[in-house]
Amino acid sequence: MKPRPFDYVRPDSVDEAVAVLAEHGEEARVLAGGQSLVAMLNLRLADPAVLVDITRIAALDEIYDLGDRIEVGAAVTQNRLLAWPRLADKLPLLAAALPFVGHFQTRNKGTVCGSVAHADPSSEIALSLAVLAGEVVLRSQRGTRVLAAAAFQKDMLTTAREPDELITAVRFPVMSGRGVAFREVARRHGDFAIIAVAALVEDKAAVRLGVGGMSGRPVVRHIATADGSAARDTIDGMALELQGYEDLHASAAMRRDLLRRLGPVVIDEAIRCAA
Amino acid sequence: MPPLVGTSTLRKEDPALLSGQGRYADDLPTAAGTLHAHVIRSPHPHADIVRIDPAEALAKDGVWAVITGEDVRKISDPFLVALKTPVHQWSLAVGRVRYVGEPVALVVAENRYLAEDAGELVQIEYRPLDAVIDPQAACAASAPVLHPEAKTNEISVRKFSYGDTKSAFERADARVALSSSFPRLSFTPMECYVVVAQYNPAERGYDVLANFQGPFSTHPVMARALRVPGPKLRLRIPPDSGGSFGIKLSVFPYIVLTAIAARITGRPVKWVEDRVEHLCAASSGPNRITEIEAAVTRDGRILGLRLDQLEDYGAFLRAPMPGPLYRMHGAVTGAYDIANVDVINRVVLTNKMPASLIRGFGGPQLYMALERLVQRIAIELGLDPLDVIRRNLVPAHKMPYRAAAGSLYDSGDYPRAVATATGGGRLDDLKRRRDAARAAGRKYGIGFAAIVEPAMSNMGYLSTLLTADARDKAGPKNGAVSMVTVNIDPLGAVSVTADCTVQGQGHETVLAQIVADQLGLKPDDINVVLEMDTAKDQWSIAAGTYSCRFTPGTAVAAHIAAGRMADKLKEIGAKQLNVLPADVELAQGKIRSRSNPDNAAPFGRVAGTSHWSPVMLPEGMAPALSETALWMPPELEPPSSDDRINTSLTYGFVFDMCGIEIDPLTYQVRVDRYVSMHDAGRILNPMIADGQMRGAFAQGIAAALYEEFTYNDEGAFLTGTFADYLVPTVSEIPAVEMLHQETPSPLTPLGAKGLAEGNCMSVPVCIANAIADALGVKDVPVPASPRRIHALLEGGGG
Repeated sequence: MKPRPFDYVRPDSVDEAVAVLAEHGEEARVLAGGQSLVAMLNLRLADPAVLVDITRIAALDEIYDLGDRIEVGAAVTQNRLLAWPRLADKLPLLAAALPFVGHFQTRNKGTVCGSVAHADPSSEIALSLAVLAGEVVLRSQRGTRVLAAAAFQKDMLTTAREPDELITAVRFPVMSGRGVAFREVARRHGDFAIIAVAALVEDKAAVRLGVGGMSGRPVVRHIATADGSAARDTIDGMALELQGYEDLHASAAMRRDLLRRLGPVVIDEAIRCAA
Repeated sequence: MPPLVGTSTLRKEDPALLSGQGRYADDLPTAAGTLHAHVIRSPHPHADIVRIDPAEALAKDGVWAVITGEDVRKISDPFLVALKTPVHQWSLAVGRVRYVGEPVALVVAENRYLAEDAGELVQIEYRPLDAVIDPQAACAASAPVLHPEAKTNEISVRKFSYGDTKSAFERADARVALSSSFPRLSFTPMECYVVVAQYNPAERGYDVLANFQGPFSTHPVMARALRVPGPKLRLRIPPDSGGSFGIKLSVFPYIVLTAIAARITGRPVKWVEDRVEHLCAASSGPNRITEIEAAVTRDGRILGLRLDQLEDYGAFLRAPMPGPLYRMHGAVTGAYDIANVDVINRVVLTNKMPASLIRGFGGPQLYMALERLVQRIAIELGLDPLDVIRRNLVPAHKMPYRAAAGSLYDSGDYPRAVATATGGGRLDDLKRRRDAARAAGRKYGIGFAAIVEPAMSNMGYLSTLLTADARDKAGPKNGAVSMVTVNIDPLGAVSVTADCTVQGQGHETVLAQIVADQLGLKPDDINVVLEMDTAKDQWSIAAGTYSCRFTPGTAVAAHIAAGRMADKLKEIGAKQLNVLPADVELAQGKIRSRSNPDNAAPFGRVAGTSHWSPVMLPEGMAPALSETALWMPPELEPPSSDDRINTSLTYGFVFDMCGIEIDPLTYQVRVDRYVSMHDAGRILNPMIADGQMRGAFAQGIAAALYEEFTYNDEGAFLTGTFADYLVPTVSEIPAVEMLHQETPSPLTPLGAKGLAEGNCMSVPVCIANAIADALGVKDVPVPASPRRIHALLEGGGG
């Protein structure tokens, strides 16, 4: 469990970081909190020639209130966002979801953007970003582009990031006062979710329901809530359409049943939270 | 001064351990020039090794050697095992690999990074073979055979018969049968294996530091493998070890491998196991399939029992296997008074990592079958499960009780323990909770388990594996020796060495309590040194820390050694105080006259006499510098000609009772209330005992609900990281209410029994019984993961 040899670069600025990425492309990996990457290095599952450590770039270690959106820089840790005083007001869904991300110790190192970049299908942060219809900001020497969450995460551990691009921030739309709820099922607290379900109240008649862990990336649907049995039918339809997948901890059928059981509960919690 | 034994004396170990000052194997300084080893492991569950080409790796700077099975075969021998069968294991695979993770080659380099880089350059060509994972499939004639010379994978079948089981089944009102399966799991210590080996060519001997836990019966196995007499394998065990739970016995093949590497390279070699290696290849408890059947009367009295136990030891049988199949043998009837029992024990090999010692050692497997059966008897006869337990428990008036297969249950009052645990409103509360949950449509069940917990193994138990004739030829094996030495220095300071290995249990504290009581001192006055050096410390093959031998064994030896030292000091003191020895007592740091306490001398002054003035000692007395006690209880007799064996010295009792609920949203089993009643004889230190029992309880929960080594049908290993092998954390461990009753053992002067394994044995089946009650099912898969509960509840699913 020792990594192969690699070069280590610790740029002081975003320009410097994207210059290294431009030079090395796919041979380079960005290191932020390292909570997934370092384990992969030690297992020799990741094999970069260059590690680009962005944690000392001061400009990336900021949370910006842009008015209608909150921008979280690429060096901001999960615990830092969780401790941000305006989180519960501006981003109540993240306030509910972040405590499920790993453990206190891993959240001290793990970053918000790193979790989005890793694109695990059951990631709580990627799911929240999808439900909130947030954005991912990508910088390269070619310029800056902003992708919608749905366009960014393509599949399991696969994103639209080009090898020369650095995720500099993610942006979460502000949802003050909106009813939200988040639940996940995991074998132990802090484990990757078997499935995660998030709900955001749109208006009196509809919620946005997001599901992680059923397919390669988070799935978001608008669900009419006026008729409870129709909502349950919609969720059942989602379960059958997404199918779910099989791993050591859950069969696809169990994932479908978990969604059927949790979906209505989470929607109900979000509506009660809004009331 | 009230005795220290029996009090919650604070742990002497904790200041160091809690402030990062522990001295673990990897922390200790190594000699200049020490090389580092990396083990190349098999990616295949079963394959012939066609060719190993180390040239490219050897060409790398800083690489000293690439050692293969052929090298190992030339300079070492296969490990000895009790079962005489052509299953040969060396410290590296020779010719064939038989499980994923099996060591195939060892790269030795100037640091571990280089060794791992070079490991990727070693070219190994394999010819894959069909693997067999399922133990029943492995017994089939058509199964791939792991060891062709053995001709079969089912390498041992032994049949035992006690009483008249046949007629018990004939006269029974009913028969109740059950099939039970216990999974593979480990109890992963925080610190993995560490070995540092040196070869001394002048002496042709090895000097090895390793966090080995014993039993020291494995020392001759290692020495024989290295082709040296025992004294030429000097094994040192560091002062601290980061947990063990039985697992650190199995460092022994790596001790031999690292020693071979030191000999080949001529340099000290260090190997530190990492977690990936540990999970796939360190050790596992064996999985067992049991077919069990009871002959019962209409009211649930068990007249006879039949067990057919098929235990899967993985790719090799290595010492002291198949221990788990035989360690419980004398007590195979558990806590029950059952006169007639037939047992078939089968040992099978499959393409999995070799199984070995693990806390509980055969108990969890046995009780998963026996206690599930007791619950089934109640269901099938329409009785209350608790009534079936009560009706069959060994009654108090039969103590000491000779169990059908030979165990001598030394003491206990099982019915009273059950009455206490179910009393106090506890069982009523559980029933109220169950009824309320069921009324609300939830799935709630109550489970019970009654078990006997053996301690201090008879060194002869494993020979029950052999027929009586074969035992006669092999020579007698029985008993178990414990050794402790109490020393006094010139200023009267007391130090103690013992034949146990440290793993964090608090032995230092308990030994200090025992010795301080005898010498009238405080625990802080007693300096306990438990690091081991086989070249200089006293040990027997029974030495080490395993199978709860500390309390009935080592602790007793300490009591005897300190008592003898006290007697000598009283005689010396009598002369100095000018009184009769009978009038002398050791108390409050003084040696004084009982009748005239003012006539006293400081302990150190009298105790140092043997150093300064040996000539002036009472006539005929050997100097009181050092007292070594060897404790060997006579009850640990060899197996009788009809295969009865008293497998252990003391037998404690545990009765568990719990209520569980299936989470209606998540399929998780949630423990609602858990009560655990213990009778471990006299408790030496209640705080340490409580810690031991809570640790065993947590591991019982782990086995019941979380931990399992999983292989797919082709033999791939699926639980290679802690993301898939789920060790429960403190968040997952439910509260437990511990109750105690103390029935001292009459067989040891301290009256104390083992207590560190009972909950590993009782908790998995108690929870399984509760799940069976909640879901109304006969077969309860363990660990009862949400996935398995979902499959039980929903079948195939939509």
